[in-house]
Amino acid sequence: MRPMRWSTFVTVGAFMLISTIPALAKERAEDNYRTYCVQCHGMQGNGKGINIRDMSVLPRDHTDAKEMSARSDDDIFKVIKEGGVAINKSVLMPAWADVMTDEEIRDLVQHLRKLCKCSYGK
Amino acid sequence: MSRIKGASKNPLKLVALAAMTFASAVGWAADGEAILNAQCSACHNLAGPAPATLDALWNRKGPDLFYAGNKYQAAWMEKWLQKPTRIRPAGMFYGNHIKPGAKGDEVDATTLVTHPALPATDAKAVTGALMQRKGRSDLVTAGAYVPGTISRSSGEMLFDKFKGCLACHEIEPGYGGLSGPEVYTAAKRLQENYLISYLRNPQAWDPKTFMPNKRLSDTDLQKFVHYLRLLGEEVKP
Repeated sequence: MRPMRWSTFVTVGAFMLISTIPALAKERAEDNYRTYCVQCHGMQGNGKGINIRDMSVLPRDHTDAKEMSARSDDDIFKVIKEGGVAINKSVLMPAWADVMTDEEIRDLVQHLRKLCKCSYGK
Repeated sequence: MSRIKGASKNPLKLVALAAMTFASAVGWAADGEAILNAQCSACHNLAGPAPATLDALWNRKGPDLFYAGNKYQAAWMEKWLQKPTRIRPAGMFYGNHIKPGAKGDEVDATTLVTHPALPATDAKAVTGALMQRKGRSDLVTAGAYVPGTISRSSGEMLFDKFKGCLACHEIEPGYGGLSGPEVYTAAKRLQENYLISYLRNPQAWDPKTFMPNKRLSDTDLQKFVHYLRLLGEEVKP
């Protein structure tokens, strides 16, 4: 058998190193929003996603500054991570802890603040 | 050359070789693996792994098939391939198939593609090849589902009121959410032990999926599959 070339050795080594890095890289807040939130909260964030037809409780309108400013960033973080039930809201809002890291959820809270053009209390 | 020489010493081998040559020449027995690679691989991931980024998730055109043998029921698959119907009302990733409408977002039907139909012999061969694909066997436990029953009202209460699944899934044609696959055909399509495993942890199969993990208890997992089986019985074939 031919001895392994140095270049092959280095390539294989680099590949093994890359494959040990965690597979899921950080995603942008607007991309997470498009993937997980838009199905119910809508393309425009107005609470009118494709799923609302038969819902018993309608999703929050993220562009409603009055409603959104009544919730603290911590509350919004909690409801995204743990679901509606965690803040005594609807079971229709699921927990997203399994698809977003805490850092991504914090970014998403800031994205929601952009959509409502508001902050907590104002 | 040496192979054929060897075969000529053994009449049985020679007959088998002739039969194989004949079959491939006239297309007598469809080769499921060849069809999969030629016709299916542009839209389906046949080798894994599942999308690890949102970009990959958005660009996925059809379900991953590298664990098809652990996921689908062969009898359903063979029939469906001959007469495909839409299972996901808003396509594979709903975000690519919606538009704003008067009352809210709507499915943009013009962007949806239909699955090609296969002739019966090809459907059988492809199903055979798919059932060989046993990726993620580590996630499935034989006997995980224990057959049982649930009343329609209890099942619906669990599915809708307690767990909120109706938000994204239709439990009958025209009733329920649109971003997820219809569930009234799920028990016909999917293996029961797969359902138990997937419902327990969707992200274990598909890390970026927009199906949330509902943290279902072992008891509820069983009840969900009872309910899906009941829905399947009610659907006209």
